Amino acid sequence: MKQTKSIKEKLAKGMRIRRSVFAYPYVLWMAVFILAPMLLILYYAFTNDGGITVENIVQAASWDNLKVLIDSVRFALYTTILCLLLGYPVAYLLSQMKKTSAALLSVFFIVPMWMNFLLRTYAWKVLLSAFTKILYTESAVLLGMVYNFLPFMILPIYTTLIKLDKSYIEAAADLGANPAKTFLKVVFPLSMPGIISGVTMVFIPSTTTFAISQLLGGGKTMLYGDLIYMKFITEQSWSTGSALSIILLAFVLISMTFMKKAERTTSDEGGGRLW
Amino acid sequence: MVNRLKKFFSGTYLGLMLVFLYAPILILIVYSFNQSKTLGNWTGFTFDWYVQLFRTPEITDALVVTLSVAAISSIVATVLGTLAAIGLHAMKRRDRLLLENISQLPMVNPDLVTGISLMLLFLFVGLRDGYTRLLIAHITFNLPYVIFSVLPKLRQSSDMLYEAALDLGCTPMQAIQKVVIPDIMPGIVSGLIMAFTLSLDDFVISFFAGNGVDNLSMYIYATARRGVNPALSTIIFVPVVTLLLIVNLKSIREERNAELQSKKVGLKR
Repeated sequence: MKQTKSIKEKLAKGMRIRRSVFAYPYVLWMAVFILAPMLLILYYAFTNDGGITVENIVQAASWDNLKVLIDSVRFALYTTILCLLLGYPVAYLLSQMKKTSAALLSVFFIVPMWMNFLLRTYAWKVLLSAFTKILYTESAVLLGMVYNFLPFMILPIYTTLIKLDKSYIEAAADLGANPAKTFLKVVFPLSMPGIISGVTMVFIPSTTTFAISQLLGGGKTMLYGDLIYMKFITEQSWSTGSALSIILLAFVLISMTFMKKAERTTSDEGGGRLW
Repeated sequence: MVNRLKKFFSGTYLGLMLVFLYAPILILIVYSFNQSKTLGNWTGFTFDWYVQLFRTPEITDALVVTLSVAAISSIVATVLGTLAAIGLHAMKRRDRLLLENISQLPMVNPDLVTGISLMLLFLFVGLRDGYTRLLIAHITFNLPYVIFSVLPKLRQSSDMLYEAALDLGCTPMQAIQKVVIPDIMPGIVSGLIMAFTLSLDDFVISFFAGNGVDNLSMYIYATARRGVNPALSTIIFVPVVTLLLIVNLKSIREERNAELQSKKVGLKR
């Protein structure tokens, strides 16, 4: 009896291993088209005429290039702040509505996310050149970025707010807090996880954006993505381009760990601060 | 009174934001029926832009490339990704975590870096064909989205089902086909839809990884300075909005029905 059981267990175990076989085609794909390309970037970034070197990185980290990175971060920060200021009220008002009408209306705020992003940016180019004088200025680039990333701020905040336990708000009101105070002390802190994931979803892609600055800035505003493009395509300098990409990747990874950490502390504190 | 004022202000604000989000596209659509070449100068109604659209081979070619790449890449990514998720789910924790982390790379990586890394690979191995390049690139960035929409469904479903199917005489392949896949179908479908829309929309990765064969985004980018036929915005906007509204309205209605049902059940009890 015992023996048959162990045979069966072995068989089952065998089947388990067999099932992981289904992942093998993907693992192969991943090795060739995800890992190998990244290794190539690393290779070009850290070699020079066949020898290993950090020279490319040092060169790429020149003051001029860092200024472009700082400029991109500045633009990304403005974009993030504007998206938060414009998007939070939208998410909040939607969350206050009746469930079915909110679900319907929220679809309209998310639809633009699925529309060709280049076409939307182009539409602004046409509009700005026909009706305003700000095309090919920094404001136009900023407008295009806010426009493109706004839904990515609204969505996570909205999902956090509708999940929020309404009894907290009732409790705050029962304990004598006016609506403004309830919002500041209860709703806003509890929506922090949504804000942080919204900030991540806006800040990181807008640091690395490419094409918006070219279409709406007319090449006058150079962002980090444009710089990488220039090195690779215009100058055909793969080692500098790769080194710039590595710096960008490092920056993105650092900001992401930072955001993750912030998310963890707020979701801990959010619960704790209430009591 | 205060309530009505509040409602008025919140309605106005939401309305203004919707105008901000939709105005550019809607104005382009209106302009696509205008005879004049310049915006803001209405000279008469015409379908000329649409006729011209279908007579411009670059646009029709780009349309065909976009749709076919989206269809093929999303289907391939869904098949590969679903099998991968099933395999990953059955792996030992350590292996699974390692592979899951690597799988997240294309989602974490800036599109720019993904595109350039693929470009370097294609140049390195000497793959010239632009269409194949686009397909490979799109399958690659679609895969993680499929995997991570299927994996949660696998975690919700029970491994017992698979084992029971084996005990009852299924081969592993049959068990996957008849038991596991129907169980995780919603995850597969949402992965497929997501992959399809991501592929339709992609510009940055296609721009760097591609070679000579343009999808719509690449076409718009290349012709933005000369001016893009405004009829293109209708062609892109209307189907996407219709599709999304149908999908979402259906789920909203189902949710409401479920709610009503649960209320009814509650009453009966």
